[in-house]
Amino acid sequence: MADNILEVRDLKTHFHTNDGVVKAVDGVDLHVEKGEILAIVGESGCGKSVTSQSIMRLIGAKSSEKVSGEILYHGEDLLSKTEKEMRQIRGKDMSMVFQDPMTSLNPAYKVGTQIAEMPIIHEKKDKKSSWKRAIDMLTKVGIPSPEKRASQYPHQFSGGMRQRGVVAMSLACDPDLIIADEPTTALDVTIQAQVLDLLRKLRDDTGTAIMMITHDLGVVAELCDRVAVMYAGKIVEEGTVADIFDNPQHPYTQGLIHSLPKPGSRERLKPIEGQPPNLHNLPEGCRFQDRCPFVMDVCREKQPELVPADKQDHQAACWLMGEEENDGDGRTGESEEPEKTF
Amino acid sequence: MIAYIIRRLLIAIPVLFGISLIAFFMVRLVPGDTVTAMLGNSYTPEQAEALRAQYGLDEPIITQYILWLTNVLQGDFGFSHFTNTPVLEAILLRLPVTIELALLSVVIAVILAIPLGTIAALKRNSKFDYGASLFGMLGISIPNFWLGTLMILFFSLWAGWFPSGGFVGLYESVWGNLQSMILPAIALGTAVGAVAMRMTRSSMLEVTNQDYIKMARAKGVSSRRLITKHALKNALVPVVTVLGIQTGYLLGGSVVVEQIFGLPGVGQLALQAITNRDYALLQGTILFIASAFVIVNLIVDIIYGFLNPQIRY
Repeated sequence: MADNILEVRDLKTHFHTNDGVVKAVDGVDLHVEKGEILAIVGESGCGKSVTSQSIMRLIGAKSSEKVSGEILYHGEDLLSKTEKEMRQIRGKDMSMVFQDPMTSLNPAYKVGTQIAEMPIIHEKKDKKSSWKRAIDMLTKVGIPSPEKRASQYPHQFSGGMRQRGVVAMSLACDPDLIIADEPTTALDVTIQAQVLDLLRKLRDDTGTAIMMITHDLGVVAELCDRVAVMYAGKIVEEGTVADIFDNPQHPYTQGLIHSLPKPGSRERLKPIEGQPPNLHNLPEGCRFQDRCPFVMDVCREKQPELVPADKQDHQAACWLMGEEENDGDGRTGESEEPEKTF
Repeated sequence: MIAYIIRRLLIAIPVLFGISLIAFFMVRLVPGDTVTAMLGNSYTPEQAEALRAQYGLDEPIITQYILWLTNVLQGDFGFSHFTNTPVLEAILLRLPVTIELALLSVVIAVILAIPLGTIAALKRNSKFDYGASLFGMLGISIPNFWLGTLMILFFSLWAGWFPSGGFVGLYESVWGNLQSMILPAIALGTAVGAVAMRMTRSSMLEVTNQDYIKMARAKGVSSRRLITKHALKNALVPVVTVLGIQTGYLLGGSVVVEQIFGLPGVGQLALQAITNRDYALLQGTILFIASAFVIVNLIVDIIYGFLNPQIRY
């Protein structure tokens, strides 16, 4: 545990709206180890981005936003920090790469200026050395003729170059952790591969941990070490990439894996039937109950917690876990039980 | 950039030509002419004819236009028979007053609009925001001549802080000049400021929702820097447009306000030219106002380039 840069315990982010409370994130536990790439996977609206922005405390300032739980960064709870203390952490210790590189750079300033702003505000460096740092960073992320590029504006960059620019910016103060919120979603496939290669290379060179938020399982398989699968505001399964892809435990994860096309296979893809629950009005018990092929009575009554599955570091939040030991406890005679194939 | 400015000035030529046409013929649509205005009620047709011949008003109208245009192109805007001065001189005499009033009004507008609009956007739906909206509505809907009259009533007649009218030149007394200018500038500036404030607010609201602002926060930028450096520069583009258009109007002379405060500006001159059917003077004034618009627009476009580097010429 000593190697954990970030530990999130029971993180809840609730939005108070006129239509009631939206529980976008509702009890997330996760940790990021030093130098690893953790993927947070899930479909749109499952709370991935809200989790990441809550960790950065970009959410929670308004009275309608309630963030609770613990966010331990090197053992210190970020939720108890003042905004001023947070500002020193943001960008310097933890930085962020957003989804759309077309809009995440300020159109009014030169790319170099925007990168140089990091050492200026965090390390109190002068303009000249910060500018030099900006050029170094652009070189590092593989932008050709960085001196020239630094004095160009974002609109003079292509999409992939802009995302490299954003990555350069996030790296400028050598952070321990980069939170990348779908950094490749807005890019076309060849550029995606380049950005993923870049992220991996940077992790290998600098030892920066990356929390990769994505809905693209291909990205996960390609890049990540560990995976946390999120569904309706909760983590439903967590494990290494091999665990998740080869031996998924939670029915939702299984559904995700089954919905991936397999090269050479003529089998029909099996989508997960139904829709995720309304975050305004979550059901009692497990949130996946209405879509789950293995649903039992207990699933409608109590929420399952993450428990170790086949290995200590492979956890899933499902009443099917530990069923063998419980010997069918809570099981009902509801129709016939589908065969477990894992 | 210089090529762009030259191109823009060249484009202005047909615009001004069109305006010269409209100005020339519109002026002549007004019933009566210079001669009848000069002679008053009792005159013989012979007197009128003689005067018309003297001013060249008996020529066919097309000939008159061509003659006038040729003279204008040579820098001769004609002679104002009523003020008994060359038109250009009459305008140039009034110009400093109008420019000063316009600039002062814009400064007041900017001082009001940008901080109020920004804070209103940041504290959306707060009491401050509602207050600013109220100011915006009042500023837009209250006619400036009414506000001007009220201000004369309160600040000049009752409080006695400012003169109720009349103009003191800048070279005579800076303080006196400011005293004679400040009330009309406020009367004009609040309306302009109200429009610009609403624009700043909505533009700021839009910009603060942009990803690059979220990104800047994630970089650890302080809220002050976030607003002044990251947001404002982007939010100001539409505000500059509004201010530019309004400045154009102000440079055309604020006819009514100048009249109320007795300021000898271009607006007052235009009004006199209309009442006196002083064709040459009126044409000159209209042409001048149009040129002012063209130039202000050009300046606005150049400012765009500084605010938004995507706009390149």
